[in-house]
Amino acid sequence: MNLSFFDQFASPHLLGIPLILISMLFPALLIPTPNNRWITNRLSTLQSWLFNFITKQLMIPLDKKGHKWALILTSLTIMLLTINLLGLLPYTFTPTTQLSMNMALAFPLWLATLLTGLRYQPSASLGHLLPEGTPAILIPVLILIETTSLLIRPLALGVRLTANLTAGHLLIQLISTAVTALLPIMPTISILTTIILLLLTILEIAVAMIQAYVFVLLLSLYLQENI
Amino acid sequence: GSLSQRRLMDVRLGELPAWLATCNLSPQGLLGGVQRAWSSYYEKYINVRRGGAPGLSMLLAGYCLLSYGWNYQHISK
Repeated sequence: MNLSFFDQFASPHLLGIPLILISMLFPALLIPTPNNRWITNRLSTLQSWLFNFITKQLMIPLDKKGHKWALILTSLTIMLLTINLLGLLPYTFTPTTQLSMNMALAFPLWLATLLTGLRYQPSASLGHLLPEGTPAILIPVLILIETTSLLIRPLALGVRLTANLTAGHLLIQLISTAVTALLPIMPTISILTTIILLLLTILEIAVAMIQAYVFVLLLSLYLQENI
Repeated sequence: GSLSQRRLMDVRLGELPAWLATCNLSPQGLLGGVQRAWSSYYEKYINVRRGGAPGLSMLLAGYCLLSYGWNYQHISK
C-alpha cells in the first residue's frame, strides 16, 4: 500500500531550515496596510470592506466589554482564511494541517475566555454548567457532563480544523492519483473522475472558508457566555 | 562611486561582483533591500488606479513556484 500520500503534510525543510515560518508569514504580504488616502487601490478597498464585514459580524452579539476582542478575533479569521485558501494552490504547504499549530491557537484563546468568565463573573460562569429546568435527580450527572463538554472544547476546536483540512487535501491527492492512473487505461472513467475532482476542489474552497469562520465563531460564542 | 548608486537592473553582468561588493549585506541592509523590492512591486502592480487580478496572481504564482522548488527533492522520487 502506497503510504506516501501523507508526505504532503510533512513540515517542509530546506537544508535543515524549517520553512513553516515562511508559509505562515506569507499571507502577511497579501494584505496591504491601508495608508491615509481617501481613495486607495482596489485591493485595499476590498480588504477594508472584508475586515469591516467580519468585525461587524463578530461584534454584534457582544457588549462593550467584548469589543476588546475585536482585533484578535478579526486577525485570527483573516489569518485562518488566507492560510486555508493558500493551501489549495499546487505544491503549497498548509500550516493549519499541523495539529500542533491549531492546538496552539485554540487552547490559549479558549482558556482566555474561560478565565475571563471565572474572574469577572464566577457564579454566572459556573452557572452555565447547569441548564435551566433540569429535574433535580439529573443535576449531578448533568454537571459532570457539562464540565466534560467544557473541558473538551479546545481539543474539539483544534482537531476540527486539522481534520477537515487534512481530509480535504488527502482526498484531492487520492482522486488526482486515480485520474492520472486511469487516463491511459479507461479515458471515460478518467473524465468522470476529473469531474469529481473539480467538484471536490470547489468543496475544498468552501470548507477552507467555512472552517476559519467556524473556529472564530465558536470562540466568540464561548466569549459571549463568559464576558 | 557611480556603481554603488545604480539599481540592480542597470548593472551590467560583468560588473555584478563589483556591485555586490558595494552594497550593504548586513541583516538591516538585506531587510532594507527586501523592503525596497516589495514596495517597488507593490507600487507598480497593486497600488494602481485600475489594478485587478494580475497584481495578486503574480504573487501567488511566485509562491507556487517557490513551494515547488522547496519540494522538488521530495517530488522527484
